[in-house]
Amino acid sequence: MKIALFATCIVDAMYPRVAQATVQILERLGHEVVFPAGQACCGQMHLNSGYFREALPVVENHVRAFESGFNSGEYDVAVAPSGSCVASVKHQHAMVARWAVERGDKRADATLEARADAVGERTYELSQLLTDVLGVTDAAAQLGSYLPGAITYHPSCHGMRLLRLGDRPLSLLRTVEALNVVALPEADQCCGFGGTFSIKNADVSSAMLADKVENICGTGAGACAGGDVSCLMHIGGGLSREGRTTESGAPVRTVHLAEVLASTRENPLSFDGALALAGGAR
Amino acid sequence: MTAVSLGMPALPPRGFGNISATEPFPKAAHRELGNGQLRANLGHATHTIRDKRLRVVSELPDWEALRDAGSAIKTEAMSRLPELLTQFEEQFTARGGTVHWARDAAEANRIVEGLIRETGSSEVVKVKSMATQEIGLNEYLEERGISAIETDLAELIVQLGHDKPSHILVPAIHKNRTEIRDIFLKEMPGVDRSLTDEPRRLAMAARAHLRRKFLSAKVAISGANFGIAETGTLGVVESEGNGRMCLTLPETLITVMGIEKVLPRAQDLEVFMQLLPRSSTGERMNPYTSLWTGATPGDGPQNVHVVLLDNGRTRALADRHGRGALHCIRCSACMNVCPVYERTGGHAYGSTYPGPIGAILSPLLTGVEAEENSSLPYASSLCGACFDACPVKINIPEILVYLRGEDVEAKHGRGPASSGADGKSNGRRRALPTQMDVALGAASWALSSGDRLGLLEKGLPVARALAGRDGKISRLPGLAAGWTQSRDVPAPPSESFRSWWKKRAAPGEGDGAARGGAE
Amino acid sequence: MSAREEILARVREALGAPEPVTDSLAPTGTRGAGSPDLGDGRRSYRTASGLDEDALVELLIDRLVDYKARVEVVGPDALAEAIRARLEGKRFVVPEGLPSEWLDPSLAAAAVRDSRKAPIAVDRLDELDAVVTSSAVSIAETGTIVLDGSPDQGRRAISLVPDHHVCVVPVETIVGIVPEGFARLDPTRPLTLISGPSATSDIELERVEGVHGPRTLDVIIVR
Repeated sequence: MKIALFATCIVDAMYPRVAQATVQILERLGHEVVFPAGQACCGQMHLNSGYFREALPVVENHVRAFESGFNSGEYDVAVAPSGSCVASVKHQHAMVARWAVERGDKRADATLEARADAVGERTYELSQLLTDVLGVTDAAAQLGSYLPGAITYHPSCHGMRLLRLGDRPLSLLRTVEALNVVALPEADQCCGFGGTFSIKNADVSSAMLADKVENICGTGAGACAGGDVSCLMHIGGGLSREGRTTESGAPVRTVHLAEVLASTRENPLSFDGALALAGGAR
Repeated sequence: MTAVSLGMPALPPRGFGNISATEPFPKAAHRELGNGQLRANLGHATHTIRDKRLRVVSELPDWEALRDAGSAIKTEAMSRLPELLTQFEEQFTARGGTVHWARDAAEANRIVEGLIRETGSSEVVKVKSMATQEIGLNEYLEERGISAIETDLAELIVQLGHDKPSHILVPAIHKNRTEIRDIFLKEMPGVDRSLTDEPRRLAMAARAHLRRKFLSAKVAISGANFGIAETGTLGVVESEGNGRMCLTLPETLITVMGIEKVLPRAQDLEVFMQLLPRSSTGERMNPYTSLWTGATPGDGPQNVHVVLLDNGRTRALADRHGRGALHCIRCSACMNVCPVYERTGGHAYGSTYPGPIGAILSPLLTGVEAEENSSLPYASSLCGACFDACPVKINIPEILVYLRGEDVEAKHGRGPASSGADGKSNGRRRALPTQMDVALGAASWALSSGDRLGLLEKGLPVARALAGRDGKISRLPGLAAGWTQSRDVPAPPSESFRSWWKKRAAPGEGDGAARGGAE
Repeated sequence: MSAREEILARVREALGAPEPVTDSLAPTGTRGAGSPDLGDGRRSYRTASGLDEDALVELLIDRLVDYKARVEVVGPDALAEAIRARLEGKRFVVPEGLPSEWLDPSLAAAAVRDSRKAPIAVDRLDELDAVVTSSAVSIAETGTIVLDGSPDQGRRAISLVPDHHVCVVPVETIVGIVPEGFARLDPTRPLTLISGPSATSDIELERVEGVHGPRTLDVIIVR
């Protein structure tokens, strides 16, 4: 299968290793990865902040960047290592297109809504693609996934509630060799990121983050995995600020699902030269 | 939304009642967050009710079908509202009741006052009601020498404590048992001085305090959970029996009901009487529900009135992206699951309607420009827990985002369609660009082209150099300072994925080692 | 323009041109003769429980006990004795239509009779210890007993003011779920749905039984 990678702006610019890990996983399964060069961002930050006019060109760019490859058969599906970006593509792009038409915005394009829907329908979040389309049921056997240590998992809100990812990401993690997956108390509680919410309502956001950080550290795991880099940046930023460590003194980290799945015996995920996560193998 | 010429002023008229935030949400939230006791009380209470709700909801195999039905019935009711309201009026009148109509809070208050005056009474007992909270009825009557006694335990706690409700179901949710005991000891006439903080003892104290009032009351005021168009029936869902007391014993009963509470058919009760109790108190059924249709000769109040209240509801109805908020059945499930509400409590929202539903309903009723209501749609991380919990499937996150859009448009003087396609101002305020405007404007330019983003990413090594030796950024200026107040930012990578991919695709042009290796 | 006219005009204007109602929810085919079942899944929730009498009684008891009501199941012949056992030595009120055979002769003289035509004053009701009524419908799944003001249930005040409610539930009035309950009720009668004794959750969201309504609910299921 030919798969278009939507890296997302934050992964592209701040966490390239997550996109690289995504590429590795897909190629290990024998699929061909394409990176549509025109892509930039889903526009979620603008949309969720109410800047619909400013979101419009971002959304148009995304639709333009991906639709030609779908139409020409260059690729069959698109994938992004981010639940919230996929949710935006699937749920918000058509909305902003419709909004522009209703408002009589002079840049409005009557065809955009349908085109956005067409792109959205063929766009998948990573765990969704791996489980539902590519048939991955055993990460160790099918991807060679191996990571010694203990990890916990935060199911980001948009993946959980807008995409209904359910236990797909956890099921994948549980089949990684040597990895001990520890349940996160109050896992379904938001970490407090919420895009510009973290800035506009910084106090409330920080209070939510503090509880999430406590719950993560209470598991004793060496890292918290997730499927949304923005939430991980938020949680990781809190862990880093507070200098939280495991019992063995290693910093508690955040790591993307793709990085965990891409980790192998031959080339294990490493942090600052340390090969294993804290918390012991299962 | 199309501008409506009739009765839709840009700003709400005076006398709108208690549905506006009076200070920006972040400011109010900051204050409330500093109250450790409040945080503890709210955390305990919201977690208790969440667990109960989940348990009783999971018992029903057809919960989702009930939610779908509830949503469909509400959609139908809104679309048939003129017909249903007149049908309700006919039926209620035919069965001995009197129907009044109130355009806003001030008019509703005047009507209720007049009806009380006709009875010659200067004291009324009240069943907990959001509509009368919304219109500020108690304060209005108090100023005119009529004492309105709240009979719901939590409302009584709030009233005795000279406080404001902070939750639509449990108005005193911000108080714990010890604080409640202290209020009773201080404010309840004739209270047993040995009162403990055991909830049973507190409830018994309230029973003793209110008993004489119930038995002697001549006038009661209530809200209504439902009004049935088909039969003219009104319903009140409650727990303590104070509702039954008020709805049964006095001679005169005055009900204030929002026009959106009307349901087409009596059969629809079979849906809402399953959705509401399980969503609100987390019970299979609330202890008491009273349904009455006009006056029943020889049984209960014979002088029966209903005041049908608009107070901004038609404004919300005119907004086709926001009108779903009117489907709300006031169960409070959304606030119980909301991580923001859990931490700030209801007072931070200013309005009678707090939590996620309040963050959309208040600005929809008043217009987003009213007082500080424009800050409410931002009081959410958009986590979506409210939408999942809502028994009538109000898509609260979507309406929050839509209202943020309305706010941005209004602040930039870019009115809705009425201002024309050119986006020219139609007299709305036009603020100077904020930091957010500038940042998001620039980001829009950068993020609407792969080439432009790629070009900017060439600057990553410079940004990386700005990070400390520990590989993190702990302090940023301006807007981003909100971020770094509690979070670090990792040092950026030396190279973007885009750039890595380019080299990998065409080895030789750059670093050929890129293929296959994670950074 | 009157407030009524203005509000109705605002509503019409707010709704704009009438759109076809796609969400219409006409009563299902099992109810409302001649009205179509839309079959679009909008009333796809359960409308019948399919439980037999044993299961209904068992479920109702389970739910009532959960609400801290006291429940007993008796045969028709034992009903008078069951009521007598609960009311012996108490002053109590009965509605005019309560079947006379429900009251043991030793109690009959102590019963205060209430009717719409000759209502007992509230203060007098407050001096009584208890009330005995029948009931119209009971819903097993939610533990809900419904009074509809029929002569054997009486005015709403009598089942409210006394602190102890002895409520008789004939087994044939028990249904499984809420829609079955409403199907049997006339919404224009004064209806009181009772699910356990009065209760409050207003203090730290912990349920406390017994506030303003009767603090003791005795349910006698007759089968």
